Amino acid sequence: MRGGPVRHGSLLLCVSAFAVLLVLAALLTSCASEINEDELILATTTSLNDSGLLDDLAPIFESETGVSVKIISVGTGAALRMGAEGDADVLLTHAPDAERALVENGDVSSRTLVAYNDFVIVGPPDDPAGIAGMRDVAAALRQIAVHGASGAAGAAAFASRGDDSGTHKKEIALWDAAGLAPSFETDDWYEEVGQGMSATLTVANQRGAYTLTDRGTYLALSTDIAELVPLVEGDARLLNFYSVMEVDSGKGRINSEAAAAFRDFLLRGDIQAMIGDYLRAEYGRSLFIPAGGETESAVAERARAE
Amino acid sequence: MELIWDGIREAARLWWAGDAQIIEITLRTLAISSAATALALVVGIPLGAVLALRRFWGRGLLVASVNTGMGMPPVVIGLLVALVLWRSGPLGGLDQIYTPTAMVIAQLLLSLPMVVGFSLASIQSINPRLIGQMWAMGANRWQVLWLLIRETRLGLLAAVMAGFGGAISEVGASLQVGGNLAGETRVLTTAMVLETGRGNFEVAIALGVVLVVLAFAVNLILTAVQQRRFIT
Repeated sequence: MRGGPVRHGSLLLCVSAFAVLLVLAALLTSCASEINEDELILATTTSLNDSGLLDDLAPIFESETGVSVKIISVGTGAALRMGAEGDADVLLTHAPDAERALVENGDVSSRTLVAYNDFVIVGPPDDPAGIAGMRDVAAALRQIAVHGASGAAGAAAFASRGDDSGTHKKEIALWDAAGLAPSFETDDWYEEVGQGMSATLTVANQRGAYTLTDRGTYLALSTDIAELVPLVEGDARLLNFYSVMEVDSGKGRINSEAAAAFRDFLLRGDIQAMIGDYLRAEYGRSLFIPAGGETESAVAERARAE
Repeated sequence: MELIWDGIREAARLWWAGDAQIIEITLRTLAISSAATALALVVGIPLGAVLALRRFWGRGLLVASVNTGMGMPPVVIGLLVALVLWRSGPLGGLDQIYTPTAMVIAQLLLSLPMVVGFSLASIQSINPRLIGQMWAMGANRWQVLWLLIRETRLGLLAAVMAGFGGAISEVGASLQVGGNLAGETRVLTTAMVLETGRGNFEVAIALGVVLVVLAFAVNLILTAVQQRRFIT
């Protein structure tokens, strides 16, 4: 055996020196930490980022303000968490209830509606549960559950996002409205995909299952998921609200100035018009309907009237 | 089946047209993964040599840690690096989250255990009498290390390939610490995730083809170096 107590000692010295260095670096950086004013971290949902809209809007904001936008595309659950931890400056998400909780907590200093679209229940064209054309989304979900639980041959299955995203939160709220709380553990017909919207639509398409999707992702993907058709739409409970939130400046090194500028930018007339026109020519309808600064109830009222 | 052919055709078309975005993403991928591998070699080979040649308290534990590290899922490393580099983390003040530097750190941590493990194995397989002779002839420790590197180049090049392969092919850590920012931290694997999510399967396949060709080309060069016969 070479080595022994001496070498053991020197190794220990090295390790502890490294640890001290790390702690020192941490202390130094947390003291000398100033707000980086050239950079805005925007935490947003995958469904919004997958649409490509932000790739069009961000460069305009960047050239106007000189602030570079770092778009971090995560599930709504993660985006809201990043806001609560002060790891982002501004949030753009679509989970009204969870967002209101952030406002009440003081994690964000403002929350403003930017745009909306709607959710749709899509499924296989042969529609084994017979929900096509139903207006009451809760009744349609109950019918899927009853049919799925019957265990009949070719019975309907439902593919859930299962990822704590805005769409997943919406789906749970809708099941709740139907008086049900399905779970993959107890219900064979209920599947949790645990991935983004596109992946969930692909799974539903492959397995002939029903699923809840935002209209934007469905339209963008419709050529690749040709086996799925829209079956239930138009219920006011299916509205999908996108809001912008400024993270509270008390959360640490938040670039509040740029966050406020980004919020104002999204609500500006020309940008709202751009949001409404985004890909409209391609799909024959708006992916996102501008609603800058409106209230959710006003939008729901208007949608009901249409 | 049609989709697969479309994808391969799209890959050929994008390359033929010299698609600026694909070239940019490819170059960034190469730069980040090469930097991570180079750093892993600089740190990993001496570390592997020490673990191979020295006997000290805790060595077994370290070797076991290295072996565990070789199979460490990239998402675990990604989460760790993100927790440290996030603004709320201990090194948040450095403003390095969502930068190529953060990705190099994550990929370095990913490939380091492979480099250490492979160097350890190949250096340990050298006849200890040879090393004894080197010391006896008055070589200093860097000269010994250099001779060891020459003697074990086959194993060390395998370490380079394993390290680089691990770095360039991982996606989880790069997404978490890089953020997949267009023009800044988007690499081939994270771009593939995005394009798959957007339903652009042809582009995703095209990126996949680029990634495989790139990995193959690099390994081909390294293998050529490794298998070249030296006249001794």
